[in-house]
Amino acid sequence: MNPILEVKNLNYIYSAGTPFEHKALDNVSFAVSRGEFIGIIGHTGSGKSTLMQQLNGLLKPTSGEVLLDGTDIWSDKKLTRQARFRVGLVFQYPEYQLFEETVYKDIAFGPKNMGLSPEEIDRRVREAAGFVGITEEQLKVSPFDLSGGQKRRVAIAGVIAMEPEVLILDEPTAGLDPVGRAGILSNIEQYRRAKNATIMMVSHSMEDVARLTDRLLVMNGSKLAMDAPPAQVFDRAGELKDMGLSIPQVTEVFLGLQQLGVDVKNVYTIDQAVAELKRLKGGAAHA
Amino acid sequence: MLKDITLGQYFPGNSPIHRLDPRTKLIMLVVYIVALFLAKSWVSYAVMLVFLLTAIKISTIPPKSILRGMKPLVMILVFTGVLNLFFTRDGRTLVNIADFIIITEGGLTRAVFMMARILMLITGTFLLTYTTSPISLTDGLEALLNPLKKLHVPVHELSMMMCIALRFIPTLIEETDKIMSAQKARGADFENGSLMERARALIPILVPLFIGAFRRADELATAMECRCYQGGEGRTKMKLLRYRRNDMVTFGIGIVLTVLVIVLASFGL
Ligand SMILES: Nc1ncnc2c1ncn2[C@@H]1O[C@H](COP(=O)(O)OP(=O)(O)OP(=O)(O)O)[C@@H](O)[C@H]1O
Ligand SMILES: [Mg+2]
Repeated sequence: MNPILEVKNLNYIYSAGTPFEHKALDNVSFAVSRGEFIGIIGHTGSGKSTLMQQLNGLLKPTSGEVLLDGTDIWSDKKLTRQARFRVGLVFQYPEYQLFEETVYKDIAFGPKNMGLSPEEIDRRVREAAGFVGITEEQLKVSPFDLSGGQKRRVAIAGVIAMEPEVLILDEPTAGLDPVGRAGILSNIEQYRRAKNATIMMVSHSMEDVARLTDRLLVMNGSKLAMDAPPAQVFDRAGELKDMGLSIPQVTEVFLGLQQLGVDVKNVYTIDQAVAELKRLKGGAAHA
Repeated sequence: MLKDITLGQYFPGNSPIHRLDPRTKLIMLVVYIVALFLAKSWVSYAVMLVFLLTAIKISTIPPKSILRGMKPLVMILVFTGVLNLFFTRDGRTLVNIADFIIITEGGLTRAVFMMARILMLITGTFLLTYTTSPISLTDGLEALLNPLKKLHVPVHELSMMMCIALRFIPTLIEETDKIMSAQKARGADFENGSLMERARALIPILVPLFIGAFRRADELATAMECRCYQGGEGRTKMKLLRYRRNDMVTFGIGIVLTVLVIVLASFGL
């Protein structure tokens, strides 16, 4: 299958030609297929947010190409604008960008900019609100009267309402409580299933990416250091530690068990750990 | 990108100008501005320009950065130039199009002079803000205005307000940049459309920006109160301001410059 989104030899330099010049992306290439769930991890300042802003045409690459469905999004002004709608980007702490009088109007901002009919806008707003668990009553209140976690949901709904084929989220769960985190993550997964959308999620939680994603992109010092399924990435624990990253806690525990001579496989999620322990217990009972 | 606007930003360094007492630099800026307004001729402008360029050279601030800071002010500059050029009727007529557009010799000279004055004024001010951190700038200002306390002018409060305002300029610019990107990601369009449409397109930026600014102000006030901040009375300073030899030398140069410009002016130059 053709990739929906492809990045070729991407370079990006901030404030080029000034004393503050900073190379934020260094020759990054990868491709993403429809329906994939991609995790992006990397140390603070490794260029994750910069990379995400290249993918919907917010930042123009210094050199290299961003291909959406095989065409360069910078080859034509119309295509760049199209890319904004087809690739939805939820920023870090998106709740600080709400501005309308009501939640409904705020979610409708994106679809309105797309020039859709009022009926279609209405349908999308309600559907998007449904995805993130915003109730009918909440649609009528001011977004500033909601709690932090609810504001975050509204902001995410504002992007989902554009029904992007690729949904990018920059640390969507940062600063939320465990219940709020789990809620938002399952909303995202629901959206992916419903629309066969591609999800790209920047996250600092190794547990979350191990459990949810099909593939991980590991950024390190402006470069793409790894591009592999979570299991393969977390098997390279030493390299990750050198990049200032960690592995999921259960993985760490099971590596410790292996060193103690317990016969267990590598695991990456709680579910796998439970299965592995059950197998071990079952095996011991028979012995 | 918005962030590239360097208006009023500090440029850390260790040049002799960076090390001057902030009071010296403030006084010198006033002296420089007065001299600039006293200057009436090409010769005195040349003297001022030499002084300014030397100061920039010593400060080790890259001229490119100063030029970049000018960018937002180009409109004012052009406006001044055009106004003076077309609306001064003085001396020989150089261009006359249907008695409607008339450019005179006097107008041309005036336009060039005015633009040069504004440019040099701004550059001089930049030199101050580029080489002085906001904190020492307000420290200097407070010290200079101290005598006004006798007249019950809230000097400390004013300088604290200025310090906070300066401190938050870069933060606000960064915030604006972020909010703009986020709204663009939702298809907001700031570049196209009629004037009305463009004005309306600012709402999605301004509302979150103001809300953020008020939130910050609130947080800052709380943080200051938590540290028992209570204004100027009885407050001591960690860094005491002291004039050194270099400051004296600078004052000397300032006096020479003013005298020179006054003398030149008295000779009609
Ligand atoms: N607007 C900007 N101007 C100049 N430099 C920038 C700008 N934004 C980011 N940078 C620099 O680019 C580098 C990459 O930043 P980026 O925001 O992409 O990091 P990140 O991986 O998202 O980090 P985090 O995990 O903290 O969000 C950093 O070193 C940062 O200082
Ligand atoms: Mg980031």
